[in-house]
Amino acid sequence: MKQYETDVAIIGGGAAGLASAIEIKKGGLEPLILERDVELGGILLQCIHAGFGLTEFNTELTGPEYAQKFINNALEKQIAYKLDTMVIEITQDKKIYAVNNEEGLIEIQAKAIILAMGCRERTRGAINIPGFRPSGIYTAGQAQRFVNIEGYLPGRTYVILGSGDIGMIMARRLTWEGCNVKAVVEIQPYVSGLIRNQVQCLEDYGIPLITGFTVTKIHGKDRLKGVTVSKVDRNFDRIIGTDRFFECDTLLLSVGLIPENELTLQAGAEISSMGGPIVDNNLETTLEGVFACGNVLQVHDLVDLVSAEAKRAGQNAVKYVNERYKKKMEKKGQIICIAGENVNYVKPDRINISDLDEEIIFTFRVKKPDRRIQVQIKDETNREIYKRKKRYVIPSEMIELKLNPEKYEIDPTCSQLVLEVIPVKEPLIDEEEEE
Amino acid sequence: MQSCEDSGVIKTIRCIVCPTGCEIEVKEKPDGEVEFEGYTCKRGLDYAKQEFYEPKRVLTTTIRVENGFLPLVPVRVDKAIAKAKLNDALDIIANTIIKAPIKMGDILIENIAGEDANIIASRDLPILEE
Ligand SMILES: Cc1cc2nc3c(=O)[nH]c(=O)nc-3n(C[C@H](O)[C@H](O)[C@H](O)COP(=O)(O)OP(=O)(O)OC[C@H]3O[C@@H](n4cnc5c(N)ncnc54)[C@H](O)[C@@H]3O)c2cc1C
Ligand code: SF4
Repeated sequence: MKQYETDVAIIGGGAAGLASAIEIKKGGLEPLILERDVELGGILLQCIHAGFGLTEFNTELTGPEYAQKFINNALEKQIAYKLDTMVIEITQDKKIYAVNNEEGLIEIQAKAIILAMGCRERTRGAINIPGFRPSGIYTAGQAQRFVNIEGYLPGRTYVILGSGDIGMIMARRLTWEGCNVKAVVEIQPYVSGLIRNQVQCLEDYGIPLITGFTVTKIHGKDRLKGVTVSKVDRNFDRIIGTDRFFECDTLLLSVGLIPENELTLQAGAEISSMGGPIVDNNLETTLEGVFACGNVLQVHDLVDLVSAEAKRAGQNAVKYVNERYKKKMEKKGQIICIAGENVNYVKPDRINISDLDEEIIFTFRVKKPDRRIQVQIKDETNREIYKRKKRYVIPSEMIELKLNPEKYEIDPTCSQLVLEVIPVKEPLIDEEEEE
Repeated sequence: MQSCEDSGVIKTIRCIVCPTGCEIEVKEKPDGEVEFEGYTCKRGLDYAKQEFYEPKRVLTTTIRVENGFLPLVPVRVDKAIAKAKLNDALDIIANTIIKAPIKMGDILIENIAGEDANIIASRDLPILEE
């Protein structure tokens, strides 16, 4: 078996892996990217639409363009990478086992590891639709790959379940390829993606968006023949007498993304209840020297935030190798971060008391859309640490908060922080202009 | 879109510039002047005017590639084109085949559908090595 050594091994060569590798190289250490695909770039390569890079590059790029800029940068910096290389195991002492066609099984000894494996799509099993399992049912991301990279169409007539951005973007893409998209069906009473996509991907082409409905039956035995959709009540139970039939040969599922947890779990890192590893404010998992960033940590809607998070992971990995690797450090305590009212999850899960003099970056998502709200952070004694009013929150948008220690003081003796999103009564005077 | 006689609203445009999603009504006054109502900020007004008088879209699609590392190259327009010309542009693209190698930013089709915009490559695409 071939053996390699590196300072920091990065698992996954998508937006997160590339940005963290560049940062590690800048910090004077040697990164090694391990990527199972035949090229670097990750999911960005199949997202050929525009809408990437507004903060990172101040212009609107397509997914492949955004990836190419990072790939070019990584190549210029002569960052080492291995393609077609699938990581299958991570050990506690930071040995990585991977397989590729040329070398078979290989072993990489790293000083630190960055998890950047991205996310996976929920599939039909995760949502449970009765009926046979004919061919013609794909996730929206699979279809996106077929159409945009491999160059074939999975069908001619479509129903798309889920009104997230990927689903809506695929509706337009397929229409442009001459297919017929009969409807986008959304179980929630509201559209889950951006208004821009609702207008430019559905309304422009007269594709009906049916909210408050879900697919309740699959028709067809070998190949899909159609789907029945029905209105649902508050508990998402089917309301009898509301069935509508759509003839279609393909059903696309765009019902959510979940962090790719398999390796993380296998390595022994603790996973939070919302998926993704538990991390502290340095993006370090519960395994010392193992960091996580990008969609493997939390599903992002903006790649710019993936890159920013990955840079932090890279910087912290450098700091770890230089200051803590193979040294006995005295452990100080941690403050637990809790998702309160209308908050689905919050990262980091923990804050190191020893880091309270540094900027703490929180990211979170709300459970339900709301207008005129206040985001606030309190500790267990109900002491208010932070508040900010916002005009508008939606679950599909990950929100980032930066807490500057000079402005917002966290008491080092507190044990937990609760982040909440609560409605405000008084008319809202904008504290912040929406972008 | 249906026009609504009494209020004079001839079109409702949902602003897409930010997530607030203001509904902007386009009204025609009896003297024929057009008015925009319901926007919260100037960016919304600009968008609504553009969308009313000359809607534009950014076209992103793929073009078939000969002897490339992949069968398709993702492409985009280098500036937004008239919404009404999208179909013409798509037809031209569907009938085009490009030879690898390709570099990001290469102009693959000039002046698409007479729109004074070019179709450019969104990524590098090397030759397929046997
Ligand atoms: C379909 C879709 C549309 C999007 N649209 C937009 C948009 O319009 N605008 C925007 O800003 N953002 C958008 N995003 C968000 C953003 O692009 C992504 O969040 C970001 O690219 C994710 O980067 P990542 O590196 O975390 O994950 P990925 O790009 O998924 O990279 C993970 C990489 O890890 C590799 N990998 C996984 N497991 C292993 C293993 N065991 N061994 C080796 N390699 C492994 C994978 O092959 C992959 O290349 C979209 C995301 C998706 C999924
Ligand atoms: S009008 Fe202004 S505030 Fe309203 S959606 Fe448009 S950009 Fe946002």
